[in-house]
Amino acid sequence: MRTITYRDALREAIAEEMRRNDRVYIMGEDIAGYGGTYAVTKGLFEEFGEKRVKDTPLAEEIIIGTAIGSAIGGLRPIAELMTMNFSLLASDLIINSAAKFRYMFGGQPSIPMVIRMPGGGGAQRGAQHSQMLESMFAHIPGLKLVMPATPYDAKGMLKSAIRDEDPILFVEHELLYSVKGEVPDEGEEYTVPLNRGIVRREGKDVTLVTFSRMMHICLQAAEELAKEGIEAEVIDLRSIRPIDLDLVLESLRKTNRVVVAEEGWKYYGTGQGIAALIYEHGFDWLDAPIGHVTGKDVPMPYSKSLEQLALPARNDVIAAVKAIVPQPAGAR
Amino acid sequence: MAIRNVTLAGLDREQLLHMHYQMVLIRRFEEKAAEEYTLGKIGGFLHLYIGQEASGVGALSALRPEDYVVSSYREHGHAILKGIDPKAVMAELFGKATGCSKGRGGSMHMYSAEHNLIGGQAIVGAQLAIGTGIGFASQYEGKQSVVSVMFGDGAADEGAFHEALNLASLWKLPVVYYCENNQYSMGMAVTKAWSVSSLEPRAAAYGMAYERVDGMDLLAVRETMLRAAERARKGEGPTLVESVTYRFRGHSMADPAYYRTRDEEARWRSSRDPIALFEAKLKENDIITDDDIAAANMRADEVVEECAQFAEESPVPEPDALYDDVLADGTGAIAWRNQPSTPRD
Repeated sequence: MRTITYRDALREAIAEEMRRNDRVYIMGEDIAGYGGTYAVTKGLFEEFGEKRVKDTPLAEEIIIGTAIGSAIGGLRPIAELMTMNFSLLASDLIINSAAKFRYMFGGQPSIPMVIRMPGGGGAQRGAQHSQMLESMFAHIPGLKLVMPATPYDAKGMLKSAIRDEDPILFVEHELLYSVKGEVPDEGEEYTVPLNRGIVRREGKDVTLVTFSRMMHICLQAAEELAKEGIEAEVIDLRSIRPIDLDLVLESLRKTNRVVVAEEGWKYYGTGQGIAALIYEHGFDWLDAPIGHVTGKDVPMPYSKSLEQLALPARNDVIAAVKAIVPQPAGAR
Repeated sequence: MAIRNVTLAGLDREQLLHMHYQMVLIRRFEEKAAEEYTLGKIGGFLHLYIGQEASGVGALSALRPEDYVVSSYREHGHAILKGIDPKAVMAELFGKATGCSKGRGGSMHMYSAEHNLIGGQAIVGAQLAIGTGIGFASQYEGKQSVVSVMFGDGAADEGAFHEALNLASLWKLPVVYYCENNQYSMGMAVTKAWSVSSLEPRAAAYGMAYERVDGMDLLAVRETMLRAAERARKGEGPTLVESVTYRFRGHSMADPAYYRTRDEEARWRSSRDPIALFEAKLKENDIITDDDIAAANMRADEVVEECAQFAEESPVPEPDALYDDVLADGTGAIAWRNQPSTPRD
């Protein structure tokens, strides 16, 4: 094992899969000469050349159209969208084409396509560059959507995604790129499945269900809670669609309490969907209503002080847990 | 009249008669579909190709089997011309399991991987983006396959048109953007929708080759398409072809066409019918007789009757098929633990 950043882990996954299969190529805005807006693709152009590392015009619709068409034509595209906010410009092709073709064309075309894009706020990028829009896509049958939180998963899941036969939205986070974590040594082959969550921390009092950058905030909250005698189990979903619901229910049977924590907005989103599934499939094990920690229900403000208020923080998680977990006598 | 074994546009009599038959077959097929639609055998939308037969037959006759066609929702004719059994096209209209998209697509979503017919696209303009990508794959793999993107005058106004044509010209992709300008995007006359009178200045904006052709003239269409496909195959990049045609029916079966006059329709039908024009040309050159024409019509009638019978007698999809083919590995929104967890390698 060695310690590398989330960014480097992604780059290794892309490079390894491109070495493994000549039909894998990557395209996007400023990914070749510039090396990627977040430097994920730095150096790939030098190794693989302009045939396989394609700079595109600022044209999200044709980036995704090219990815879908080339997948039908036998290639395995990785399309980088500079941010998830811009995926809206390509959302027609993602939802109306990529997600539909296999089904509406009688099972004939495969669309083995990975769309990589970072979402999320926290860097003062304002209302149009800070959104977490995964729930819009996770709603759609015919897509897979994953949101790894660690360098290990970033690499292992991206490799799985590139080998998968279906269209996959691979959602990164702008504030995770420099996060470091343990990853197997170079040359040590591994992949991570696209349909399994993982227990990051064991606990008996409450289950925190979370994903992406919010997972790290939940781990910090869990450490704080432990000092007060509350042991939180932290589940990192990793995949949003499909969701590893059994892992959540297994934990619920032990803790009987759940807080869902996410960066995105509260209403009609991923977290409410997860909570509804827990109510539907695990109602009998619940001893309290499900807590829900989210970003505030406003467009993201620019000012640092306001942005911090808009984003869900460790203390929000702690408060949500304390609202549903009986306090140990010593802590009162 | 003595039938001569002459050639026209490099085609021998047999080839010319075959192309005539294909036009007749498409027209009869669409007329039959309209009939079945009014009988309630076909649901949803039904967009007919009647009037545009020369535009389709001429264009697709210039392509090879390994070439791709990506089409719009007005694609029954393209599907048949690309080699899909007309029975499977009619069965798709009927929503039957034997349809070319297993009854899950319908009139607007014909597909055949075997014949490189990459779908009827019902989001106007999507085929421009998808077709560009297929062209990229062909170029990437060093294949000789050309992509023909079939779209109407309405799709030229979508944003995808701009993004696709710019990229294709930039990367010199082997794509022919074939606009069947049938004068109306639903009820909107092209003269009211375009800020320019043809696509020529738009092609110029991308430094792309452009050809305008009379879409009612089968042989002219074919020759135009041969040139465009040849440019693509030789690596000289894409061409924007504007085939000027007219749909004799409304936008769909639901359209009474109040936006144009019956006089205008009658003028096109009486003087610009592509089948009549081609028959006149063949007669002029002593290539076809009235008996040949009657025989072609009779054969087409028989085929479409068989299609309807096949579709009628075919089974509807099994209820279990509802959940088939959403994803390759059969997963839904919830990954239950009893399913295999390891990704395929």
